Amino acid sequence: MMSNSDNKSIQSQVSRRKRKDQFYHGLMIGLSVITILPVILIIFKLVVEGIGQISLEFLVQTPPDSFEAMSATAAGERIPGGIANGITGTLLMVSVASAMAIPVGILTGIYLYENPKKFLAGLTRNVSDILQGVPSIVLGLIAYLWVVKHITNGFSALAGSVSLAIMMLPMIVRSTEETLKMIPVSIKEAALALGVPYYKVLLRVLIPTGFSGLLTGILLGISRILGETAPLLLTALGSSRINLDITEPVSAIPLLIWEFYNDPNMVDLIWSSSLLLMALVLFLNVTSKQIAKRKK
Amino acid sequence: MDNIKTIKDPVLSIKNLFVSYDKGKYAVNDVSADIKRNSVTAIMGPSGCGKSTLLRAVNRMHELYETIETKGSIDLNGKDIFKMPAIQLRRMTGMVFQRPNPFPTMSIYDNVIAGYKLNGIHLKRSKRDEIVERSLRDVTLWDEVKDGLYKKGTFLSGGQQQRLCIARALAFGPEVILLDEPTSALDPVATSKIEDLMVSLKENYTILMVTHNMSQAARISDYSMFMYLGELVEYGKTKDMFTRPKDRRTEEYLTGKFG
Ligand SMILES: Nc1ncnc2c1ncn2[C@@H]1O[C@H](COP(=O)(O)OP(=O)(O)OP(=O)(O)O)[C@@H](O)[C@H]1O
Ligand SMILES: [Mg+2]
Repeated sequence: MMSNSDNKSIQSQVSRRKRKDQFYHGLMIGLSVITILPVILIIFKLVVEGIGQISLEFLVQTPPDSFEAMSATAAGERIPGGIANGITGTLLMVSVASAMAIPVGILTGIYLYENPKKFLAGLTRNVSDILQGVPSIVLGLIAYLWVVKHITNGFSALAGSVSLAIMMLPMIVRSTEETLKMIPVSIKEAALALGVPYYKVLLRVLIPTGFSGLLTGILLGISRILGETAPLLLTALGSSRINLDITEPVSAIPLLIWEFYNDPNMVDLIWSSSLLLMALVLFLNVTSKQIAKRKK
Repeated sequence: MDNIKTIKDPVLSIKNLFVSYDKGKYAVNDVSADIKRNSVTAIMGPSGCGKSTLLRAVNRMHELYETIETKGSIDLNGKDIFKMPAIQLRRMTGMVFQRPNPFPTMSIYDNVIAGYKLNGIHLKRSKRDEIVERSLRDVTLWDEVKDGLYKKGTFLSGGQQQRLCIARALAFGPEVILLDEPTSALDPVATSKIEDLMVSLKENYTILMVTHNMSQAARISDYSMFMYLGELVEYGKTKDMFTRPKDRRTEEYLTGKFG
């Protein structure tokens, strides 16, 4: 038998639990909002401030000089010119960095997947994790020492690409290994049981099966390096004209944002450039999420 | 024990086979047996007795894992399988796994022809079509999929996928087909289709099949092995084994005392 007081205490316990539940529920919502809000505010601000500058001209021309910008602002007009040198520079360096990091990263990831327990694999995994935590400015410094001082004998797109590639590498290594690990062993065994040589199993079965995972890793890697500024200050330096020679200094969208920041007449261009950069990053993120979702 | 360990002109001849995952512990312990050509041989025994391990030794699947050790000999048509290239051996022995595992990126058509495609063996279109149709007809899947050959193989039902996987193993024209509990994930209708299939396939192939299902072994196999703790306890004509088991453990297993 349950006494009356027992019953009451259970009731009060239940209602206390309910209140606790509600409290945590509220807390969760509050914390989620705190997380989401800055992103929304940032995007909102960028669109409001930056959209006015965006036009075809903005994409195909180089920035104005300080005086042109000043007179346009004084006349209340749109600042002329654009950030074509930054766009091409970013594309150039991201492409070169990808061309270096993707093959190396995928091959390393495959090695880790194939030899999970080998000493060298463990070492590689740890070093790759450490690399992921190295501040990007340090990577810039390293690319400066290796490339700027010894290979191109001066600031260059190549040096920038090297620093970005090192940044991208651990992400691709990890995502490749994780993606391959998710493929059921039985798929691999089925292919081998058909008498298919190992490298063909890898190229024709495992990589296609994990393709969307690999692509997701690559896109996230690219979106990660797209906005990097610090290492580029020490390597690519920046350039006021469109340059596609990787041995020469080159501009990049984040570098231009930095330059605009240092010139009071160019403030409006900060917003539009940031908007473009943010749009690119968002696009890559959403695309990679979409690819990852379709896989399931 | 007077197990039939020697059969005239066997497809496979297993002698003193040991397989261990951990040093000194044998998952397959001194197994010797000949497998009769154009017949269905069932491997039975309680869970963990080494059935899959034995089956996977035949196409050298164990070599994929460094820690697994294999000792003893297996001859395929009189030739030592450990002395031939693994690729050649595996092309002569088709394998069907417990769970259907069609290649997820490939269409039904490409799954059937995968043995050729992945190996880079180029066939004329008409020849390919012929192989795909014949293999799918062999597994009684043709009528169900002929209008959607270019759909992904993974869109099929579990039973259809398993028949697709058998078709994939058949398409390459192996001598021996190794099946590891091919019907354990399937419903009775799909199971009975696959059982009928096996009986009809033995005209052209030799079938070695692991099964947990005693009535299935009784229905379709000509020969049966009973394994226990890695050892081959009894091996003989299925009819004899089910009516007059020689070993007490076989009898206990068949009467449901364990397993
Ligand atoms: N990958 C592995 N690593 C270590 N031990 C294993 C591995 N696979 C199987 N074993 C062990 O080897 C023994 C035989 O396993 P096996 O898979 O051959 O059994 P089985 O007869 O096929 O069982 P089931 O009917 O459950 O499939 C078991 O004791 C099992 O624990
Ligand atoms: Mg098994």
